[in-house]
Amino acid sequence: MTAHTTAHQTNFQKLIEKNHASVSLRRKVTNAVMLSVTGLMTILALIPLFWIIGYVVYKGGQYINLDFFIHTPRPLGMEGGGVLNAIQGTLIISGLASLIAIPPAILAAFYAANNPNTPLGVVLRFSTDVLSGIPSIVIGLFAYAIIVKPMGHYSGFAGAVAMAMLMLPTIIRTTEEMLKLVPHTLREASLGLGAPEWKTSISVVLPAALNGIMTGILLSVARAAGETAPLLFTALGNERYDLGLIIQSGIAQKQGFFEILKRVFDQPVDSLPLTLWKYAQQPYPERIEQSWAAALVLMIVILLINIFTRLWVESRKRRLQG
Amino acid sequence: MTKYIHPLPQTHWLSRLRRAISHGDLPWKWIIIAASVLVMVLILAVGEMLWRESADARSTFGFGFLTPTLTPDWDPVNDEFQAWPFIYGTLLTSLTAIVLALPISVGIAIFMAELCPPWLRMPLNWLVELLAAIPSVVYGLWGIFVFLPTVVTPVAEGLFETFGTVPGLSVLFTGPVPVSGASRLAAAFILTIMIIPTITAVTRDVLLAIPTSQREAALALGATQWETIWQVLLPYGLSGILGAIILGLGRALGETMAVTMVIGNSIEGSASLLRPGYTMASIIANEFAEAVTKLHTQSLIEIGLVLFVLTLILNMVARFLVWSVARKTPQEARA
Repeated sequence: MTAHTTAHQTNFQKLIEKNHASVSLRRKVTNAVMLSVTGLMTILALIPLFWIIGYVVYKGGQYINLDFFIHTPRPLGMEGGGVLNAIQGTLIISGLASLIAIPPAILAAFYAANNPNTPLGVVLRFSTDVLSGIPSIVIGLFAYAIIVKPMGHYSGFAGAVAMAMLMLPTIIRTTEEMLKLVPHTLREASLGLGAPEWKTSISVVLPAALNGIMTGILLSVARAAGETAPLLFTALGNERYDLGLIIQSGIAQKQGFFEILKRVFDQPVDSLPLTLWKYAQQPYPERIEQSWAAALVLMIVILLINIFTRLWVESRKRRLQG
Repeated sequence: MTKYIHPLPQTHWLSRLRRAISHGDLPWKWIIIAASVLVMVLILAVGEMLWRESADARSTFGFGFLTPTLTPDWDPVNDEFQAWPFIYGTLLTSLTAIVLALPISVGIAIFMAELCPPWLRMPLNWLVELLAAIPSVVYGLWGIFVFLPTVVTPVAEGLFETFGTVPGLSVLFTGPVPVSGASRLAAAFILTIMIIPTITAVTRDVLLAIPTSQREAALALGATQWETIWQVLLPYGLSGILGAIILGLGRALGETMAVTMVIGNSIEGSASLLRPGYTMASIIANEFAEAVTKLHTQSLIEIGLVLFVLTLILNMVARFLVWSVARKTPQEARA
């Protein structure tokens, strides 16, 4: 206690000495300079953001056209063609990945929200953090080893599994937060009426938090849709993929629903970022133009989802907090 | 003969179990526990898979695979593999990125937490997070065609001219600077932009978690605002900021696509920052799908294992540091 008091007194003494007029000016200047430096740092970090967005819009806007969305790629060196295969692939992979990741993620989030301090709750939060820290390329290796290797060929399904593992931690975390925002009184009212815990969770708490959970899922889909590394050796890429043709030929050959589904998922597919990556490294100018267009499409989708979800979450938080 | 099933007594465990199951709470509890355990099992499965799938490479090359060497050997034709050039490339680019990103990120965090007007805080937060939402391949594309020629090449030329002949430093700055600009320096610059959001977000949260009493005490003692930040707040949150750095390092180590696109992908002996190179993630991205021999595949998986273990350790340390700041600060201290 005494040591404390003396320490404070010495500090005070020092400060009084420091406040001597000549020193005071230097301190004022340092203060002003350093505070402005932090502002400059902020501006410095935002330059690449606007530079990238601006340049992608400028370049992509020049090369984007309707063909880009409705045609599959032409052979190398030929003008025209589009990336329909990649757009379909992105939708297929993200859709299937969401189907795989959402149920366990929401269930785990229920556990995390209701039991934050049990040993398993602590372990869950920790392992969610760790899982989100694993490099996506390593997740790709994992999906390769558990799916591609045993099945003997690359497939959209393997890509979707890798994507699902990337989405899992994000969905768990956002869902947990949304579940915690649901007022306790709602839960207690349901339990008080004699509803069992599971029914309360599914038909009272979940609907109350559903919109928030959906935005969390959308955000994680947006992030996963832009990932390339886990698809490199799982989905691999496939320039001849065409969903319409697969379904048509399936119907023509009188295949059942599940057989067609199997053909859709059980072969290599492309995705937009994967196509962008491949095209950017090719020496053909029209392919590089298409990769700028692909970048524009990706950016628009991701920016829209981000802005929309954030606006929505903020308005909801404000409403819930009164 | 009348059929009569005697009801089980209410206290019998079987009866209680049946009631719990028909009520639904017991299955529900086990289902959500199973889902929670799944996350942990996935991490263990990733580790186990990487370990198992790299068994041959580990037994063939031993520790020599990872140790520093001046004559690195990566020869898929003769099945000779050593990971040192990639480990070096990853460490050099990531650490350079951290050194560059730290002052910028801490500056932004201070500006957002302490200085900026409240109406600006949220949009600024969004913008910095948008930096993290831009897909890695878009960074790469922009890097190749815009950032390399306009920024990296001139900076690299300048560094080469300034430090290329300084004894000691010249190892890191030997030339010649590649015409395209694709180099470890380019990768480090791109990584810097990509990890700024991570370090900024954690540092800002750490600053916001520091009790107001600390600021008031310093200001009341006559400190200027900068002195309050520099001498009171930053030391107080130091371990949290350290955690932020480590989290950023974890992101930088695992970043694949953008780095692969700008680093130049070449295996050469040079240790220079201005020369092209490889990182652990980029060698996997470039060669895994085309790897033919078993040993080549396994060597790449072993590199993945190294990456996995590194990020695992970094994440654990970082979470512990951030958590230690949160624990030090009582919840009600900051309103």
